[in-house]
Amino acid sequence: MRFMVIVKSDEKTDVAGAQPSAEELQEMGKFNEELVKAGVMLAGEGLLPSSEGFRLQYSGTTEARVVDGPFAESKELIAGFWILQVKDRAEVIEWMKRAPFREGEIEIRRIAELDDFDNATPEIVEHEKKLREQAEAK
Amino acid sequence: MVGVTATTDSRSAIDAVWRIESARLIAGLARMTRDVGLAEELAQDALVAALEQWPESGVPRNPGAWLMTTAKRRAVDTFRRNERYEKKLGEIGREQEYEEEPDFTAGLDDHIEDDLLRLVFTACHPVLSTEARVALTLKMIGGLQTHEIARAFLAKETAIAQRIVRAKKTLGDAKVPFEVPEGADRVARLSSVLEVIYLIFNEGYSATAGEDWMRPALCEEALRLGRILAGLMPKEPEVHGLVALMEIQASRSAARVGPNGEPVLLMDQDRTKWNRILIGRGLSALELSESLTGGAFGVYAAQAAIAACHARARTGEETDWARIAVLYEGLGKLNPSPVIELNRAVALSMAVGPEAGLEIVDKLTSEPALKAYHLLPSVRGDFLSKLGRLDEARAEFERAAEMTGNDRERTLLLNRAAECTPRV
Repeated sequence: MRFMVIVKSDEKTDVAGAQPSAEELQEMGKFNEELVKAGVMLAGEGLLPSSEGFRLQYSGTTEARVVDGPFAESKELIAGFWILQVKDRAEVIEWMKRAPFREGEIEIRRIAELDDFDNATPEIVEHEKKLREQAEAK
Repeated sequence: MVGVTATTDSRSAIDAVWRIESARLIAGLARMTRDVGLAEELAQDALVAALEQWPESGVPRNPGAWLMTTAKRRAVDTFRRNERYEKKLGEIGREQEYEEEPDFTAGLDDHIEDDLLRLVFTACHPVLSTEARVALTLKMIGGLQTHEIARAFLAKETAIAQRIVRAKKTLGDAKVPFEVPEGADRVARLSSVLEVIYLIFNEGYSATAGEDWMRPALCEEALRLGRILAGLMPKEPEVHGLVALMEIQASRSAARVGPNGEPVLLMDQDRTKWNRILIGRGLSALELSESLTGGAFGVYAAQAAIAACHARARTGEETDWARIAVLYEGLGKLNPSPVIELNRAVALSMAVGPEAGLEIVDKLTSEPALKAYHLLPSVRGDFLSKLGRLDEARAEFERAAEMTGNDRERTLLLNRAAECTPRV
């Protein structure tokens, strides 16, 4: 299954726009290399601070409005992400325990496969339920 | 699983550590003992020790090093008990003395990639049956447990356990060296390695509609093995070719089964359901493979290039059939097969017209290998109907319908036969 690992932003990286140090970059590079060599990393990128970002806001029939960054509430912002393909939740946890973070928070969300909701006929739901029961009985 | 468990118990944490560390662990131990079977057993012993101790003590900070230390200590104990291994004991014992609070992973880092590659080549050694190679690869490099392999192959756990024991014994009896062969031997052995990985992939891929979650998971496992191998052998074009092929095929998983579990043919698939990340990865792996050969294709890269033609087309109509026909021609030269010829006929008919396809197919009708292959009359019927030769087309569709074992397909073919009856 696939997971998206979302790295949260903080004041330091977002508002102050602090660049990671050479050492931090090196550590992250090493970690990424491990993920790639283990065949679990599908994608991953770091994002620039929200001062270079913008939002599009939709409301009813009026034209969408562009709002430029930076944005307040930097803890709600995203500094980067990975997409990992692993066996289960425990494996993604085990991998991310090895990430070179010393503080802050990451959020991990499972990526929906199309069967998760697309055209979910009773047969599909039943099938999915069975799979989950089997997985839990493991 | 969505919101099923709030916490991760130690058992699943240990499983996860095992999955991440076991291949390196076994590879390192195999270098030390020069015995892959023994290495695997020592690693399993360390896993058992972890299962006993970690639930109490918690997962250590560097679980890989913990497992290696434990396994290495057990190796020394084993050798001590067994005089035949006195020499090995000497070697390991000496090493052990130098390392007071040993950090084995640090020492291993220099060798780990070589060791892993040696492990892959040993597990896929031709002295073993194909089934044994598959089971050993999944166990030693994939880190799967015996019961998981048994489940994936719909076999009894005892049967798989026996297969693995026998395989390890065969390797030992044959004194298979723990090494990556060089020269011509290397090419032949690499193709065995790639074959094993692709077999695992297909086992999962063809079973997507199966009941058991483990079987589709085999696709992911094969992909992971392929990606690991690509990291270990970055200069081998066919390794990247195989990875490209698997990534692109896997990108279609969600589109190739209909709402009631029925297979959906490539041209009828909803292309918005294709996984763009996997397609992107597949295309770059293919590019890498091509750049290493200067554009020439091996068997896997050629198939990947065909898959890439489909992946690049946003709609079925946009498909570059002329290129696909050329690629099938090249593939046929590498690996002559009437089925590939039949595929080339279809591609050519799409690119040029049904006459060109029919010309090839007519030559295949006497092919003994296709005698019971319903797609031959089915494809021939299709060309004939497009050429307006309806009586002949109908006969071909009816013949194909008799030959197929699939009810849905039979209905489809009989419908096509009926369409060939001129309406009065």
